[in-house]
Amino acid sequence: MSTHAPAHEDAHEAHHGHSHGHEAAHGSFKSYMTGFVLSIILTAIPFWLVMGEVFENKAVTAGLVMLFAVVQIVVHMIYFLHMNTKSEGGWTMMALIFTLVLIVIALSGSLWVMHHLNTNMMTMTPDMMRNVP
Amino acid sequence: MSAPTHTSLEDGEKPVFYMTEDHHPENSTGLGFWLYLMSDCLIFAILFATYAVLGRSYAAGPSPADLFDLPLVAINTSMLLLSSITYGFAMLQMERNAKTETLFWLGITGIFGAIFIGLEIYEFVHLIHEGAGPGRSAFLSAFFVLVGTHGLHVTFGIIWLITLMVQVSMKGLIPENRRRLMCLSMFWHFLDVVWIGVFSIVYLIGVLG
Repeated sequence: MSTHAPAHEDAHEAHHGHSHGHEAAHGSFKSYMTGFVLSIILTAIPFWLVMGEVFENKAVTAGLVMLFAVVQIVVHMIYFLHMNTKSEGGWTMMALIFTLVLIVIALSGSLWVMHHLNTNMMTMTPDMMRNVP
Repeated sequence: MSAPTHTSLEDGEKPVFYMTEDHHPENSTGLGFWLYLMSDCLIFAILFATYAVLGRSYAAGPSPADLFDLPLVAINTSMLLLSSITYGFAMLQMERNAKTETLFWLGITGIFGAIFIGLEIYEFVHLIHEGAGPGRSAFLSAFFVLVGTHGLHVTFGIIWLITLMVQVSMKGLIPENRRRLMCLSMFWHFLDVVWIGVFSIVYLIGVLG
């Protein structure tokens, strides 16, 4: 805002910015389309990898599918949810990071504990399972 | 009990009230709703963890490769993605103060959402009909809970969307409705983010074996 603007105009603009405070948080047509096109590409590739059986090694395909999922989640966060480090004074980002930490603990903890439980238990074959009393 | 009050009033002093609460900033709804979404995110994280642990416990029943129809999942995914971009268009029209166009794009969003739910119900009914219901194995229990919770969210999102369409058509794009549309926009895009996890982990990696 220029310094020699009349005071009442300043006040008007401040009020305008106050009542429509969310407008800066919305994207433009271009940013929505960028997100959309990126999402289509990032969805199509993993489907093609699995349906077309592109790689012999299933672990490679699974790793790539997860990689594309993570990238697409970031794309959605930026272009659709308009995440940035500035919105709400950085508190949305703090909440997101906190949530991500909890998710990592819950997921890795569950998998780790249950994997140990499974490997230390006697394995049950389908044949044994059919004869469970 | 009221004696101290009487004495202070008889002293001739006027009671003074202090506003202990500060003025709320008008845009705090965004942060509050974001915190709700993060807690919802934790619900899904726990359901994903459950699926990750139980996803291979077939109990000699069908595996994802036997059950899942990837072309159907691809159509479902594109429905949700299309509904995300059409909701974005609705928000852009809302900023232009174009009520009719906003309602039009909200309607399109609702239709895509309804197709998504319709396909998911079709898939669930088909699975249960094949004998692969939620009671068949731990894998199927985890699958139905995770995907069903997401579907329930989308269903309530559609109900919310219809409610907002009625409100916008009756009262116009007033600040309250703009705020509500912004919240639903975050909710809707958030559900699309969760679906990325569902189709990647449950369907694609599941079919991979």
